Amino acid sequence: MKTVINNYIREEMFPNIWCPGCGNGIVLGAIIRAIDDLKWDKNKIAMISGIGCSSRITGYVDFCTMNTTHGRALPFATGIKMANPNMKVVVVMGDGDCSAIGGNHFIHAARRNIDLTAIIINNMIYGMTGGQYSPLTPTKKFGTTAPYGNIDQSFDLVKLAKAAGASYVARGTVYHVRQLTSLIKKALNKKGFSVVEIISDCPISYGKMNKMRTVVDMLKWIKDMSVSKKAWEDLSPEEKKEKFVIGEFLDIDRPDYTELYSKVMEEAQKMGVSR
Amino acid sequence: MNKLKRNVELLQGNEACVKGAILSGVRFFAGYPITPSSEIAEGMARLLPQIGGKFVQMEDEIASIAAVIGASIAGFKSLTATSGPGFSLKQENLGFAIISEIPCVIVNAQRGGPSTGLPTKPSQGDMMQARWGTHGDHSIIALAPSTVNEVLTLTIKAVNFSEKYRTPVILLLDEVIAHMREKVEIPAPEEVEVINRKKPTVPPEEYFPFKPDQNGIPPMANFGEGYRYHITGLIHNQKGLPTSNPQEIDSFIRRINNKIQENVKDIIIYEKYFLDDAKIALIACGSVARAAERTVKLAREEGLKVGLLKLLTIWPFPSEEVNRLAQQVDLIIVPEMNLGQMVLEVERASRGNCEVVSYSRVDGELINPIEILGKIQEEIKK
Repeated sequence: MKTVINNYIREEMFPNIWCPGCGNGIVLGAIIRAIDDLKWDKNKIAMISGIGCSSRITGYVDFCTMNTTHGRALPFATGIKMANPNMKVVVVMGDGDCSAIGGNHFIHAARRNIDLTAIIINNMIYGMTGGQYSPLTPTKKFGTTAPYGNIDQSFDLVKLAKAAGASYVARGTVYHVRQLTSLIKKALNKKGFSVVEIISDCPISYGKMNKMRTVVDMLKWIKDMSVSKKAWEDLSPEEKKEKFVIGEFLDIDRPDYTELYSKVMEEAQKMGVSR
Repeated sequence: MNKLKRNVELLQGNEACVKGAILSGVRFFAGYPITPSSEIAEGMARLLPQIGGKFVQMEDEIASIAAVIGASIAGFKSLTATSGPGFSLKQENLGFAIISEIPCVIVNAQRGGPSTGLPTKPSQGDMMQARWGTHGDHSIIALAPSTVNEVLTLTIKAVNFSEKYRTPVILLLDEVIAHMREKVEIPAPEEVEVINRKKPTVPPEEYFPFKPDQNGIPPMANFGEGYRYHITGLIHNQKGLPTSNPQEIDSFIRRINNKIQENVKDIIIYEKYFLDDAKIALIACGSVARAAERTVKLAREEGLKVGLLKLLTIWPFPSEEVNRLAQQVDLIIVPEMNLGQMVLEVERASRGNCEVVSYSRVDGELINPIEILGKIQEEIKK
């Protein structure tokens, strides 16, 4: 059965490398539906990724795509956007990719408020390398490198992105697909640095270490752990610890970096070679 | 010719690099402050926006080269500049530029190392890092000027080579060349040879982004020009998609090496001083070549038949030229501001045809002409 999805994928690349039940496919579908809604010209879309399971997404879509180095997708994307501000630049990262090795690039892309959309697929684990804990693995959960339980405090990417200067910040899950598609669409359409964190499942690496061996177990867990912003406010501090708050957290307007730089160019050209 | 608008200016090496880059068409620079290369970033920040170019100071060295590669694939000729510690950090994405065949130039104003080393002192300690710093089998082009004028001309060459061969090119300065001031004749824009990447001539549906032309180099479509394709740091097939097919892997790795190795005649640049009748040859580059040139004059005054092979291209190494020289002379001396890196290549290329000795200095001071002359006299006495 052909759907709108088929208009945007490189069919020769399928079947994909993702494990059965992986949330990455759901995210891919949501991104494509959001782009299709926006009727963007495929020739003007650059989708950039780093390294990890989620980063393979760029191989599957029929845009200008680049699968770069681990954690570095955002600075590559920054160069593309600076050189050609007419491109729509979308960056897809995993949780380790974005918040560990790429953490510095993430906060600085947000600080510049460069007009990119950062989509972070957060399955709370390094999946491709076999299940090591990441900066987004919740405390007390298990990974192959946290066999006695994770003692690290995890990042809250929403708070991090807001504090660093992003224009749009949202969190969705692979369970709440319709909401996810609309959050992605809004982020794509936003001028400035927009962030969508997506709580996703990795039954193979995360699930097996954390007593959720099936896809259904994992999706149920994501569903049960997710609360709206409103419901979140009524929870006790203890209850809040384990939950994922979903929805929109920030939507503001401030000049993006390419716009500010075009003013620098005007100024420099006015002042001329005398300086 | 008289009508060409040439300017003669007193320029610092780093400033000449900026001028050369702009003349060759560079319109994007991303960098991170580091001594002794920061004047390149400063010059770019000032000049690029005046001519429709763009400058961005990134959060670190890794991000700088990443942004440079990104801007290049979006159609801007791009350059970044750094020194030892930053050059170490750039190795990861240098490899990405090599495997994805995206043109860019990395300037490394060498300072003493390892680590923080000697930030304000010259060195040639990164000769081998330039060749082998990033992991995996690869070829590389590295150029090393020894005058401020050569900084300008070799920056243009570096940009041209990167576009022609779809590869990153390294420009190896050292702290002295980067910071010294000399008279430079700035060519008029119309007399500068500018090479641009070859674009595809086929329609998008027939385009194979990594299918080589007859010279081993695939025509390159910039992002946003109607050619949609995939770029990856994974070994890929001619469509740009990841492959695990042994034949495709083998032919890919060999091609990205051969496209440089098979064009050494075009890439290798050197100068000869008094080599015609020489029995002793000096081989040097960068600021050491300046001292070596003076040594040749001093030695000739003493009646010693000494000459100099000044290398402007370091990688690929001019093996054939060195081999020919080794058959002519009795002795080659390689003075270097390191513990003997280039001398290893000279030994390899000489194939035992003459004696090869190293003269090295690693105290952060320049090698001076007298001490090279002393080394010559010492070797003669042996």
